[in-house]
Amino acid sequence: MASLSTKHLLGIADLSTEDIQLIHSTADEFKEVLSRKIKKVPSLRDVTIANLFFENSTRTKISFELAEKRLSADVVNFSSSNSSTKKGETLIDTVNNILAMKVDMVVMRHPQPGAHRLLSRHIDAKIINAGDGAHEHPTQALLDAYSIRERLGEVDGKKVCLFGDIKHSRVAISNILCLQKLGAEVMVCGPGSLIPKYVNGLGVKVSHNVQEALAWCDVANVLRIQLERQNVRYIPSLREYNQYFGIRKSHLDALDKETVIMHPGPINRGVEIDSDVADSEHSIILDQVENGVATRMAVLYLLAEA
Amino acid sequence: MRLILRRLKLGSRGGGAPAKLPTFYLPLGPMEKRLLLEESLLNLILSRLAFQLIESHQSFEESVFIAIQPRGIELMHAVVKALEEVKAIKPESLKQGTLDITFHRDDFRSGKSLIPKSTDIPFAIEGKRIILIDDVLYTGRTIRAALDTLVDFGRPKDVELLVLIDRKLHRDLPIQAKYVGKTIDSIEEERVTVDLEGKSVWITPKTSDNG
Repeated sequence: MASLSTKHLLGIADLSTEDIQLIHSTADEFKEVLSRKIKKVPSLRDVTIANLFFENSTRTKISFELAEKRLSADVVNFSSSNSSTKKGETLIDTVNNILAMKVDMVVMRHPQPGAHRLLSRHIDAKIINAGDGAHEHPTQALLDAYSIRERLGEVDGKKVCLFGDIKHSRVAISNILCLQKLGAEVMVCGPGSLIPKYVNGLGVKVSHNVQEALAWCDVANVLRIQLERQNVRYIPSLREYNQYFGIRKSHLDALDKETVIMHPGPINRGVEIDSDVADSEHSIILDQVENGVATRMAVLYLLAEA
Repeated sequence: MRLILRRLKLGSRGGGAPAKLPTFYLPLGPMEKRLLLEESLLNLILSRLAFQLIESHQSFEESVFIAIQPRGIELMHAVVKALEEVKAIKPESLKQGTLDITFHRDDFRSGKSLIPKSTDIPFAIEGKRIILIDDVLYTGRTIRAALDTLVDFGRPKDVELLVLIDRKLHRDLPIQAKYVGKTIDSIEEERVTVDLEGKSVWITPKTSDNG
């Protein structure tokens, strides 16, 4: 367990259980660094990182950028809204042009699933996937599992249920793979139209009843309804969705146990989760955001070293 | 060979009697090791270090102990135990922390695996007198990194260094310890192993995995 088994972080699928544990134990130390008076270490001061966001992002981008700066890396940012991709340049050309300026690592979000893998075959720099379409979002899954580990002591043997839009969620796939590699049991819960067929092949339980699913799980990870990804309407209305699948205080009150509430953000209050649940003491939503920086620091640090 | 012959009179400085050494200073074989300190001498040295600390820190009210991960910790415990033995200073009354310097090393990305260990400094170091502890002082690079790391926690009044073994011939940086258990001459191909559990210090040949 001396270093990661991969050169890039393209998806959780490429990581071994030991890799994930190594990222988590390294993140522990970065969390301690973030509690210091000076929250910055010089480890990556000779590394230049390009953040390429071909798709909108606020928190992931800020989280990565903070992680990079706290490791003392040089950072360049690029977003598609003001880029030459609009002028017809291919992805490989765009990235090669940026790499010609001596960039060592690329953090990329791209709407096309697999864009990172394609890129990894053509360039030398290390690539970190910050989300590719509805495929994977590995750092989100790593920080979610880290937050569960922090709250419950370990992930192994825990029951985690993902609620909501599984079909359009890259967070869902990465979370399922990551949690299973760490020994957790996973369930997905949502309307049939938003549960993809592939979950059957992943050994995941499926439920269409929120109260039942909540009674089963130790951790409820509530995913956002991604209206912008739905070309056709999968649900009749947001109001109806909230009626049948929204997590309400009454659901939690009916349980005789404590369930940890998570949400990768951004929250649609009153749609997939009610405000009094999101703000309750069971919620670790803001811990997830805090842990995001430490986890991403660990990923950047371990990949830079590899 | 000349280098080796120059070390025929391999003496000791600092404190204590010279350790038993062979008449001719020959390079160690691959499986050989040489005893540098044994139990009675080691205990004597720890007591002396304890007295020296008391001399300059008295009650330790404004002083804190910070051990460098991983091998400074055992020595810190041994020193704290010696303080209790020689002057009945209660270990609970002493502030003790551990410091990991991995993120501040100057050889990051040189191919060595740099997995961090835990840093635990559960007190403010602002204005405090820090006694930094490590087992062996060699190139001084670890201490340089430790000093940099400490700055992240605040501005101490001063920082002193305590080491059990000072390999004085190999310093890369202008760093000197205030409290030294034993100063030794050693060649680069050797490694000093402090085994506080077994109450002994050994010189062993450097191998690829302990280098």
